[in-house]
Amino acid sequence: MKKIVFAAMIALAPLSAQTVAIRNATILTVTKGTIKGDILIRDGKIAEVGEKVLIPGDAAIIDATGQYVIPGLIDCHSHIAVDGGVNEGSISDSSITNIKDVIDPEDIAIYRALAGGVTTAHILHGSANSVGGQTITLKMRWGKDAQGLIFEGAAPGLKFALGENPKRSGNPTGRTATGAAPAARYPATRMGVEDVIRESFTEAKAYQAEWSEYRAKVARGESPIPPRRDLRLDPLVEILEGTRMVHCHGYRADELLMMLHVSEDFGFKISVFVHGLEGYKIAKEIAARGAGVTTFSDWWAYKVEAMDAIPYNAAILQKAGVLVSLNSDDAELMRHLNIEAAKVMKYGGLSESEALAMVTINPAKQLRIDRRVGSIEAGKDADLAIYDKYPLSASAKTVKVLIDGTVYFDREKALSEAAAKQTERQRLIEKEKQNQQQNRQQPARRPSA
Amino acid sequence: MKLLGLLMGCALAAGAASNDTFLIRDADVYPVTGPVMKGVSVLVQDGKIADIAPKIVAPKGIRVVDAKGLRVYPGMIDSATELGLQEIELVRETEDTGELGEFMPQLRALSAVNPASEHFPVVRVNGITSVMTFPSSGSTGGGGGGGRFGGTERQFISGQAALIHTDGWTWDDMAIKPGAAVHLIFPAMPRAGRGGAAAIETTPTEVAGSAAATGVTAAKRTYDEQIAKVNQFFDDARNYQKAKAADLPGFRRNLKFEAMIPVLDGKVPVAISASRASAIHDAVQFADKQRVKIVILQPRDVAKAAPELKAKDIPIVLGRVLALPENEDDAYDAPHTLAAEAYKVGVKFAFGTFGNEFVRNLPYEAAAAVAFGLPYDEALKALTINPAQIWGVADQIGSIEKGKWADLTVTNGDPLEIQTEYKHIYIKGREVELTNRQTELYRKYSNRP
Repeated sequence: MKKIVFAAMIALAPLSAQTVAIRNATILTVTKGTIKGDILIRDGKIAEVGEKVLIPGDAAIIDATGQYVIPGLIDCHSHIAVDGGVNEGSISDSSITNIKDVIDPEDIAIYRALAGGVTTAHILHGSANSVGGQTITLKMRWGKDAQGLIFEGAAPGLKFALGENPKRSGNPTGRTATGAAPAARYPATRMGVEDVIRESFTEAKAYQAEWSEYRAKVARGESPIPPRRDLRLDPLVEILEGTRMVHCHGYRADELLMMLHVSEDFGFKISVFVHGLEGYKIAKEIAARGAGVTTFSDWWAYKVEAMDAIPYNAAILQKAGVLVSLNSDDAELMRHLNIEAAKVMKYGGLSESEALAMVTINPAKQLRIDRRVGSIEAGKDADLAIYDKYPLSASAKTVKVLIDGTVYFDREKALSEAAAKQTERQRLIEKEKQNQQQNRQQPARRPSA
Repeated sequence: MKLLGLLMGCALAAGAASNDTFLIRDADVYPVTGPVMKGVSVLVQDGKIADIAPKIVAPKGIRVVDAKGLRVYPGMIDSATELGLQEIELVRETEDTGELGEFMPQLRALSAVNPASEHFPVVRVNGITSVMTFPSSGSTGGGGGGGRFGGTERQFISGQAALIHTDGWTWDDMAIKPGAAVHLIFPAMPRAGRGGAAAIETTPTEVAGSAAATGVTAAKRTYDEQIAKVNQFFDDARNYQKAKAADLPGFRRNLKFEAMIPVLDGKVPVAISASRASAIHDAVQFADKQRVKIVILQPRDVAKAAPELKAKDIPIVLGRVLALPENEDDAYDAPHTLAAEAYKVGVKFAFGTFGNEFVRNLPYEAAAAVAFGLPYDEALKALTINPAQIWGVADQIGSIEKGKWADLTVTNGDPLEIQTEYKHIYIKGREVELTNRQTELYRKYSNRP
């Protein structure tokens, strides 16, 4: 049933055009100020942005008079489009797992995020493990298959987690969602969390050395036996070599500081602290080590480690020189990251471009995709969100969202097609009812023993 | 802050002048119940609005607040919270919602309100001056933007919700209406699994003789039994009331039934949690049969239910506007358009955030409803006068009119816009400090050397 309804929804294939021009818009480029003018898109890339752009005759025109264009929003931390659970809770180091293996391109959350202006999202493993799973960056190309969603060439990441979540499973007094006491799992304290991470990197260093030795021998013309591959340690070695990002979930200042020390001791860089709700307490320590933070605008009080969360976190960190982004971690919040950006202007007085950067170019930098996306500049991917009103407000809504120059969301179209889709849905339900009635009248014959 | 200090200084200098008597001069007053009055003065005496006029001669020694270029709005009302009853969602010790027991109308949310909760100062700096606080948790239902009030397992009546101010030394101080509603969680048919369509209404999966058929039939039977049980409780309460009136020999006081008398007399409404059209319809039928006044909490199928609600003059409290659609194939903006749908049919509505964490975002929730078709003025009413009428206190709060409590906010702009700043907030004429745990942490860590 679910599949049939879906087929009907996916049938609305996005409009494709080689050359597209968005005309007469207020364009918030993020990196090059605000201009009133046009954007010319060619072959999925932004070809030109300016007050007066020469539009070729064959261009498909999007009239954006009175409307606002911003770069497609980028969510640095999301769990949508994952088939099944996001936590492999049985072990404390689950770096063997990979979100790439479980992408669900039919998750309706993709379409909803897209309709909220999101064009790119970093999809992560959950936070049940001190060393979590491998991550992937997707574009919200609704209607494409799993492969088609993957942001080509984006750096992979590995999730780490500190504090209440990873220690909860080990806590003998803890309870699972169903109320049952879980089997104890090391670690049960913040001390243990640190140890798990240090143990894993210690192993990874030794493993890395084995491979270096092996490669050196090969280079010398010897024929050594290769080390046994370890799928758990491979991603950690990539971190040590700088090719894989570290996305570390943490709330309290003490645990964030701990992780900064671990990273120094093992010689790797932390791309971002995820949440980092108490990051403001150690803003200068984070800034000094060049780690980024991706946080919430105003979530707090839902658990003990969120009691000191303040909506001024982003502003304090930004002023200390930390690269800050605002993420959703939630399929609902993901639909209005523009509102979240507006809130950090209110709390802490950031400028419009600083605030908007936190949902566009900053997360792009954190995800190492800023050469492709995150601002409206010639040469970048034409990932754009068009709003009916000034977008840093709860009173605005998206009217069109483009990815690679293709319109993937069009509010007018969504509204005009709603009735037809409802009819189609009803038809499919009726058909299903009839099928079931027939099945009832002609019960399947039991297979003979 | 400086200004506040100055004002306090003036008040002290005035000596005898009490701190809930003052004059706001030269403000643009938005009374909500009438047209905007530009450049007028508001006289507050003993916490109540005494006069609103272009020129009011300041009584001798009275504190004067110059509000030139500023606006005055009535304080906003959140019609569904757990404020004072829950501090940290995941810590049971800090939670006083969700008592045990099936029918618990004798429980009073008011007397469990912790006036020192950190949540009150956090919400009131955003202009929310009063709230309905419910004895039932909205957080634990979880997911998708906004909880849903539910009690413990198989709870029907969770207790009496209280309408309170967000400031006061004691809950006595805070109380506007101690038992403003009795909360009933209407029985609901079980639904299909994650994201699935409603099991009964749209996709009958029964196949003759299968376990599914038994499941559906059993579910319907349970549902009918539960409704019968609720009816029985109300019938018993009415019999009790008659017995009491007749002063029959052997009459014994029963606190549960005693608490139901104001409901049976139509003095206090039953606030019924009912989401789908069928449940709302059944709740309306129930109210007709029992001849009680009702308010529907968090309806989802507003368009379907509205004509009946309008015909019966039944108001609704909408849940969070920024929420996810309930079903996979609902329109992407389904929760955003509910307010506009209610308005079109003429159903009276207010907003609730159904939890504590998002109360401060109440005006932005309303703004999102405006983005999706609700007229602006109606949004403002739904934050102020509508809830005052729904909870039976329109003579005390909800607008700027003579004789009402001076629950006033002085702003530099539209309260629905995120960037608008609050210059002064008054609750019962007392100026509240625009500080809280979060502003204190901000101050402390901004000053970290």
